Amino acid sequence: MNNMLRDRANPQRWSITQTLRKIHLDAVLLLGLLTLLSAGLIILYSAGDQSSALMVRQVTRMAAAFLGLLVLANIHPDRMRDASYWIYGAGLILLIAVLAFGHEGKGAQRWLDLGFFRFQPSELMKLAVPLLVATYLAERPLAPSVPRLIIGLMMVILPSLLIAKQPDLGTSLLIASSGLIVIFLSGISWRIIIGFIITCTAALPVLWYKMHDYQRQRVLTFLNPESDPLGSGYHIIQSKIAIGSGGLFGRGWLEGTQSHLAFLPERSTDFIFSVIAEEFGLLGVGLILFLYLLIAGRGLYIASQAQTSFARLLAGSISMTFLVYVFVNVGMVTGLLPVVGVPLPLVSYGGTSMVTLLAGFGILMSIHTHRRMMSP
Amino acid sequence: MSSRFALKDHFRESRLINDRLIFAALFAGILFIVVMVRLAILQIVEYEHFSSLSNQNRVDIGPLPPQRGLIYDRNGVILAENIPTFSLELTPENVPDLEATLAELALMFSITEEEITEIKKRIKRQRGFRQFIFRQRLTEQEVAVFSVNRHQFPGVDVVGRLIRHYPQGALFSHAVGYVGRINERDLKRIDQQNYKGTQQIGKTGVERYYENLLHGQVGYQQVETNVQGRIVRELQNVPSVSGKDLFLHLDINLQRVATEALGDFNGAVVALEPQTGGVLAMVSKPDFDPNLFVSGISTKDYSVLRDSLDRPLFDRSLRGHYPPGSTLKPFVALAGLELGLVNEQTQSFCPGWFTLPGQEHRYRCWKSHGHGKVDLKKSLAQSCDVYFYDLAHALGIDPLHDFLDIFGFGHRTGVDIPSESKGLSPSSEWKRTKRNQAWYPGETVISGIGQGFNQTTPIQLAHATATLAMRGVDIKPKVARASRNNGANELQLIGTEKADALAMDSSQHWEAVIDSMVEVVHGKRGTARHIGKNLPFKMAGKTGTAQVFGIKQDEKYDAETLAKKLHDHALFIAFAPADNPEIVIAVVVENGGSGSRAAAPIARKIVDQYFGITADE
Repeated sequence: MNNMLRDRANPQRWSITQTLRKIHLDAVLLLGLLTLLSAGLIILYSAGDQSSALMVRQVTRMAAAFLGLLVLANIHPDRMRDASYWIYGAGLILLIAVLAFGHEGKGAQRWLDLGFFRFQPSELMKLAVPLLVATYLAERPLAPSVPRLIIGLMMVILPSLLIAKQPDLGTSLLIASSGLIVIFLSGISWRIIIGFIITCTAALPVLWYKMHDYQRQRVLTFLNPESDPLGSGYHIIQSKIAIGSGGLFGRGWLEGTQSHLAFLPERSTDFIFSVIAEEFGLLGVGLILFLYLLIAGRGLYIASQAQTSFARLLAGSISMTFLVYVFVNVGMVTGLLPVVGVPLPLVSYGGTSMVTLLAGFGILMSIHTHRRMMSP
Repeated sequence: MSSRFALKDHFRESRLINDRLIFAALFAGILFIVVMVRLAILQIVEYEHFSSLSNQNRVDIGPLPPQRGLIYDRNGVILAENIPTFSLELTPENVPDLEATLAELALMFSITEEEITEIKKRIKRQRGFRQFIFRQRLTEQEVAVFSVNRHQFPGVDVVGRLIRHYPQGALFSHAVGYVGRINERDLKRIDQQNYKGTQQIGKTGVERYYENLLHGQVGYQQVETNVQGRIVRELQNVPSVSGKDLFLHLDINLQRVATEALGDFNGAVVALEPQTGGVLAMVSKPDFDPNLFVSGISTKDYSVLRDSLDRPLFDRSLRGHYPPGSTLKPFVALAGLELGLVNEQTQSFCPGWFTLPGQEHRYRCWKSHGHGKVDLKKSLAQSCDVYFYDLAHALGIDPLHDFLDIFGFGHRTGVDIPSESKGLSPSSEWKRTKRNQAWYPGETVISGIGQGFNQTTPIQLAHATATLAMRGVDIKPKVARASRNNGANELQLIGTEKADALAMDSSQHWEAVIDSMVEVVHGKRGTARHIGKNLPFKMAGKTGTAQVFGIKQDEKYDAETLAKKLHDHALFIAFAPADNPEIVIAVVVENGGSGSRAAAPIARKIVDQYFGITADE
């Protein structure tokens, strides 16, 4: 609030921030995102074997994704809240459509071919789920009653199961966690949270039984990568070699041998973090991770400053999910977590997740810039 | 407070959420520390380890394909082995100019334009960084020519490999089968990890059925390579486990005798050891050279085999459908005895034909002036059709079908070779469901002599005969007898599968039918009496001559071939010695004419070989 008062007092000094504000952009968040995206491009140039075509495609996607951010930032959060049931319902129908007649790639059905472009409904759900759960829970006083809590949980579980069935375990877990974060933020009692954690642990054997062979294989390989050095363990072994050999300062930009001699698989997508670690060392990855923390931190700040419970819940969930994204990916490439196929947000090559992520930040900016000034 | 009408307390709610936001931020901070610690362990504590792995050149992991198990016959004669050959292989990613290299290689090995186009297509299809076999079985001269020019071909190498070889040529082409290049369809049924580096997979016969046993377990080697990808040093070696050797029941001598005895006829011979179910011989003619398939058959060779009207690739012993003809009669007779419709003394009069009551159509006996009064023994020995028309009519098709069912007619025997056919044992229900037609009594009449809808495969006929010979003990036919771990001495037996003995009301029924079958071979008027001379024991048999009905393929060739195509199929089933059977034989000679002339002598030759009888005529 202090900032705001100063903004109004010295319009000349804060002109850039003010201008951005007029088109509903948050300067701090924007700066963080632009820094991260630029760093991402520099890394991708190396990871993608200096292919300019790859760079052009990535920059094009960024531009498109920024357009999406701008549009969402200019929609009032209340309008989003009004539309949340519709968006969620449409997403659910599309998910079912994908299972019914989606396109298969690598043994999984994720894509819906709409003729002119291909579309992954699970991406839409990444935003639709927290949006709906936040809307629903904020309709009544918080913390939510037990029946409302159960209905909220169903809103999370249903799409997660549909996506797990595609099968896309990584996205399914991310969507589940985005919804669960909303529920956590809504102030449910700690007893329920601890009970839930215990139940989940007990449910692990059931999950194991339900998993696809390739998913089980990933878990087994994660527990002991050396057991399958020709197959899926290869990714983790090579990734650890790349990270470890980076040392404190790294081998230098474009100098990573693991990456450039093609020992590291999926190095421009899921394993791009290993390229950063190999070429820029512990210092480089530390900086990148710190940048992620800053961006998410700004998101949490925006959440704490929001004016409605709905906006707080939504902003908090978007920021935390962004961090979960990062930690799942980094955990995966460092061998802390199984390989679930989650890209490094805003850095990995690939379009769909970039659009969704920046759309999420668009919502954050909208929440922050549509606040009503209560007092002068 | 959770009441519907409670007012929202904004201040309290925002504090609630903010508390949780702070908690979330703390949690994120902890995760950040965990990840940084992990990275510090990898990049500082274990830096030396990983950087040496990465640095002193790169670690590469290559598969070590296992050696395929050998296949032996029962005498220890090798039927399938692995021989070393040289092949020219290239790694497309390491070839600077693939187009030009392929063009030059085509010139060097005189390969046609089409084949190069085909090769390019296959290169495109395969996964990255895998060896592509450009040409197999190089001659010494080709190796020499390439080696001299090798410096012009980076990424291309002469590699020594073991490839499958069938020293017996065509003799076991159907039973043992062959291996071939792994194709897309194969990839779906195998564990792809285990086939890294393996080029071939069992496609037919024993080679396919026992693929898991024969293939073995892939090993791998971790090596250091220099920047060009050449191996500098081996870091770790997990050796592959060779596939198991396989010992078959098949006897090369019997196989050879059976093949030669069939001569130029198409047809099939199956010989079983009834005590174990072991398949002693399994011949399907015409045959082919399985070695053609091992390293990819040329289009020309393949079209010759595929388009031949004699269908050499078709395994008649397991998949050929033949009307059993009179070879079905012993089983029909047994049904008559067992179901109490006839006994050994029951007589029928054969005037040379049979009519159904109230109908005029004459079902003719093969002997036009008739056999006169016949009982069970006489009717089997002389193969009187009228007796069996009568009996089948009395039995009715469904009781007959149910009885034949227990001998396996219309069912796969479950022999250890893939893609066996079921044959067909008709019933009124079958006709209703499959053809949507009613069953006519006349069809029952001709079923009694194994004509009409009845279709059997040679293995089925042999298996049913073995069950008869063993007086009701049903043993599943098996080609493989035992396996042996590579380098080991002791054999692991592949067990025989025995069903419960079929219970007959009187064991005398078995003997009555078997005595009659002995009469076929040894009786004064037996239809196969000419093969019964100079035997130190009694042999039981039954001839069959099956009419060839319609012709299935689209024919457009001259009258001579057509005429031969319409000749009857000759069949013969037998076992010896009759009281304590050691060998069971089923013979089918396509368009051979009569069972007694064309098929029975083949069985005798096999018996002579098996018991070491020297024919002195």
